[in-house]
Amino acid sequence: MATEPLQTLLEQAFPDATELAVVDRTGGGDHFQVTVASPQFEGLSLVDQHRLVYDALAAPLADGSIHELRIKTKGTP
Amino acid sequence: MTSLRDQISDIIETEPVTLFMKGTPSFVACGNSQRALSALRAAGAPVTAVDILPDPRFRQELSSLSGWPTIPQIFVKGELVGGADIVEELAATGELERKLTDTLGEDYRDDRAERVIALQAA
Repeated sequence: MATEPLQTLLEQAFPDATELAVVDRTGGGDHFQVTVASPQFEGLSLVDQHRLVYDALAAPLADGSIHELRIKTKGTP
Repeated sequence: MTSLRDQISDIIETEPVTLFMKGTPSFVACGNSQRALSALRAAGAPVTAVDILPDPRFRQELSSLSGWPTIPQIFVKGELVGGADIVEELAATGELERKLTDTLGEDYRDDRAERVIALQAA
């Protein structure tokens, strides 16, 4: 899949994001690197931060469109 | 025989550090599992590895138990620490060694032999 639908899902889940990027790591449309900086992450453990990203991308994760997902989250100071 | 779910939760609760991975430490079958294993090794963690590849139910049952959709998954004494990205990040900042010390004690490196536990399909 293309990066745009993932970008859209993340924008919906993190409307206050100060940084939001989706990179197709291999060009094959199924290995993605996602970077999100959002005030929503503040005070959360990394596990809970990543869970929010997984929740936002639950559909493409469940149907196999995403084969591999790398996540980098940041709270915004 | 013990149910799959009970086997998995028993391992998670009992083992100091559990790595659910694709393959085994001597034959890693996925780049992310390798990243997690390398980070744990660098921290001197006593790794107990569980291969989820032999049966698709292993992964299904693990993810339904942990609520974490991807592999690898790393647990320290019953607590989900995260996947490859988090463990790498924690290792880079020294947070991982701190967590291992806090949870397992100062001498956690003494028991660093790697072990593999095989799940039994029902």
